[in-house]
Amino acid sequence: MREVVIRVENLVKRFGNFVANDHLNFEVYEGEIFGFLGANGAGKTTALRILSGLSSPTSGNVMVAGFDAKRQGEKIKRNIGYMCQRFSLYNDLTVRENITLYGGIYGMSSGLIKQRIDELLRQLEFEEYADRLIGGLPLGLKQKLAFSVAIFHEPKIVFLDEPTGGVDPIARRQFWEEIYAAAARGITVFVTTHYMDEAEYCDRVCIMDQGRIVAIGTPTALKQKYGASSIEDLFVGIARPNAQKE
Amino acid sequence: MRRLLGFITKEFIHIFRDLRTLIVLFGIPVTQILLFGYVITMEINDSSIAILDLSKDEVSLNLSDRLCSSGFFRQKENLNGYDDIERVLRSGKVKAVVVFGEGFGCDLITRGKASMSIIADGTEPNYATLVCNYITAIVNDFSREQNEVETGTVFLLQPEVRMFFNPELKDQFMFVPGVMAYVLIIICALMTSITITREKEFGTMEALLVSPLRAGHIIVGKVVPYMVLSFVTLVVILWVSWLVFELPIRGSLGLLIGISMLYILLGLSLGIFISTISKNMQQAIFISLMSLLLPTIILSGFIFPVENMPKAYDVASYLVPSKYYLIAIKNIMIKGLGIGYVWKETLAMCFMSAIFILLSIKNFKERLQ
Amino acid sequence: MRTVLYLIRKEFKQIFRDVFLGKAIIAIPIVQLLIFVPAVTLEIKRVNLCIIDRDMTSYSRGLLEGIQASGVFRIKQLTLAEDEAYSLLNSNKSDMVIHIPLGFGKDIGRGNPVKIMVSVNAINAMSAQLSWVYLNGIISGMNMDIALENIGSLLPTNLKQVDVTHRIWYNEMLNYKHFMLPGILTILITVIGMILGGINLVKEKEIGTIEQINVTPIKKHQFIIAKMLPFLAISLMDLAFGLVLGRIFFKMPFVGSIGLLFLSATLFLIAILGLTLLISIYSHSQQQFLFVAFFFLIIFILMGGIFTPTDSMPLWAKRINLFNPMVYQMRITRMVMLKGSGLIDIGKDLLALLTIGITLSVLAVRGYRKAV
Repeated sequence: MREVVIRVENLVKRFGNFVANDHLNFEVYEGEIFGFLGANGAGKTTALRILSGLSSPTSGNVMVAGFDAKRQGEKIKRNIGYMCQRFSLYNDLTVRENITLYGGIYGMSSGLIKQRIDELLRQLEFEEYADRLIGGLPLGLKQKLAFSVAIFHEPKIVFLDEPTGGVDPIARRQFWEEIYAAAARGITVFVTTHYMDEAEYCDRVCIMDQGRIVAIGTPTALKQKYGASSIEDLFVGIARPNAQKE
Repeated sequence: MRRLLGFITKEFIHIFRDLRTLIVLFGIPVTQILLFGYVITMEINDSSIAILDLSKDEVSLNLSDRLCSSGFFRQKENLNGYDDIERVLRSGKVKAVVVFGEGFGCDLITRGKASMSIIADGTEPNYATLVCNYITAIVNDFSREQNEVETGTVFLLQPEVRMFFNPELKDQFMFVPGVMAYVLIIICALMTSITITREKEFGTMEALLVSPLRAGHIIVGKVVPYMVLSFVTLVVILWVSWLVFELPIRGSLGLLIGISMLYILLGLSLGIFISTISKNMQQAIFISLMSLLLPTIILSGFIFPVENMPKAYDVASYLVPSKYYLIAIKNIMIKGLGIGYVWKETLAMCFMSAIFILLSIKNFKERLQ
Repeated sequence: MRTVLYLIRKEFKQIFRDVFLGKAIIAIPIVQLLIFVPAVTLEIKRVNLCIIDRDMTSYSRGLLEGIQASGVFRIKQLTLAEDEAYSLLNSNKSDMVIHIPLGFGKDIGRGNPVKIMVSVNAINAMSAQLSWVYLNGIISGMNMDIALENIGSLLPTNLKQVDVTHRIWYNEMLNYKHFMLPGILTILITVIGMILGGINLVKEKEIGTIEQINVTPIKKHQFIIAKMLPFLAISLMDLAFGLVLGRIFFKMPFVGSIGLLFLSATLFLIAILGLTLLISIYSHSQQQFLFVAFFFLIIFILMGGIFTPTDSMPLWAKRINLFNPMVYQMRITRMVMLKGSGLIDIGKDLLALLTIGITLSVLAVRGYRKAV
């Protein structure tokens, strides 16, 4: 059995009367790609923000990378990378400057930062863009870059919140190649998405609806269990039966 | 027209949804009028002075007493020698030192002439001038009385003064209208310039521009809600300044409100104009504040009479919108004059608003092409 | 500390990369300083008179000549119609109306007292009062002369006269430029620091980049320091620029220690930026930030003793001013520059600035939430 890097027990998050996360329970293992599936407003982002220390749970136990999300948020932050659905690199800084900034914040030495940037740019075939402002790059490149920045300091886990919103299928495919490469290096990937085809790329998926987990398992196992031909069918079938009726 | 109404409604919804902005819109002007009505004052009262009395006779003590009981001055320290003067002035404890030389009273009685001196701290020139003049005036009064009482001299020229429009010499008559003009224009210009650049920055302006709304409609839609809100603010401000500072409205209330609304329109159109020349909110804020904050304080006649400035500034002050408004509302409120005395100012404000609006529409259209 | 340096470097890059801002933070203060410093004066250089001379004798003419000789008063209109005189007062064409009654000369000749009616436009209470004090002084002098002439031959020593001489220290020529430059310069560095610093943080919130910073292990105080230092440096640079320009264009004296002034300016700016960050931490949009900041900014400026004296304010306002960093900074700047006051004279004020600065910065650090 692989090591558990994220353990969530009875996680509840309330905003006033609204229950965004209703008793969530799941585990994520080291090195796996864990997909969080659900429609908009299902509570994916809320859970992800709690896991990455941006928000604290109303109740329940959440352990991330060996630390308690309730009390040790800052320690968690040392060990994770994060990329959010709104694109969040600085548009008025160059590619190199953005990476340097985050490398610096995570306490990497300037020599190491320089060396890693060169490696990274070569690997992404980004050399020509190194000194271009982020603002002028196409969205697909920006997203690849944001992902690279999120894992630049070699975190144990990286959280991706709808990372591929708004780009074409080819760019999405390329983005997932980056994710596979990161996972191959041993980085645990926790990704939320509402693209059902992307769910097929995950090792395990967890389907959320109205704040609850309705199904969890490997894509193949889930399809078998519910007799669906694709995750999309599965999702429409089990996640939104109510929506179907309306 | 229906489209326009829909658009105006949207603007109202934006404003009312943002409670803090609403508080700002009403709270800031009222608080500031109340606060500044009290604190902006040029008068001298209880000003700290020190007295160096080397004579210590009946006359000098009597005079010192008169200075300090006048209400203008308060004796903070009694000095013993000339060396102390530097110390107290440098530390900023007192604004002036009054010096009676040795044998002051004796000189006055035996020779009929005595001299005293005032050493004032010139770092605040206006204050120093006032202090010197007030002390001199008190001393002159003193010697006139001495002459009248003791020698029975009757002075032939007896000037009698009537302070017109403001018999109680309240500083508020000068500064409350000033604060009104100041706060109104900055808030109006900032408000509009920011909301519009915000739409530009977040891309919602594009949606408006491709809609069938015309440039003029968009501008009207932005202006109307703020006009309505500013009207409420205006009424509250006028009421507060009448209630608290007894600022009169001697002229026609209708005229006053009409001209104030024109001024508000001017502020809003200035804001729109600024938004059309700035790329983002930060620029809009920078331009609005830098073009209004200091120029309005200094060149509108709010605190400093423009007539006393070098000629070039007098000319430049005609570019400052608040100047016209200030002249107009002082004429209406305090002097009780009618349109005959404010038509020039009214015309100037109409003209300025028109220019800003036309330039804005032109800039909008250029963006479309 | 290295982390902070990375963040600071980023702020500078962003500011100077913005073509408008990069120029504005240098050009605007310079231009405003050069334009507005020479403008301000409260000196009463001329009072426009309208004279109603019903007497028209050599006595009344003598009186008017005496009044004009002072150089302050200038006769702009002569009229016999009272209506006309008062309409001139209404239209601001004259500031004062002097009414000399019929029989003025005759009465003076006979040694009878005569009343002279003086009407002043008193909307501006201070200038009204000051011009009245001037006029009264002139008339007193004339009274003394007349009295001496009439009885001088008999008992000249009976009349008592106190001469008052004025001496002005530190700004001997009562140069308003030397008074205004420190004030306007302080306003400018405050505005620059507040707008740049505050908008910067709120903008990161609006765009969402702050979230990326929030998931890093950066410490709260590191973040606040990184958001404060660049703007502190820019404002201080503007201060230095302003002082040099003042020296060149307005021959601004600098008697005291430059080091002391910069020390106080640093403490002052920490207070201002502390407040700025505190406001921006609690604001959701640039608009909200701006209006709250504007509220404080105007209070600081108008209550700070820059244009009007703080001494004459009511007690409660003086108490509010204990928390107004601008008051301390203004006092210190003028004292250090014009009087050469030292650490002993301004120690208390510096301590006050330090206290305000630390309090606000600590509040900002505590108020900043990395988690929502």
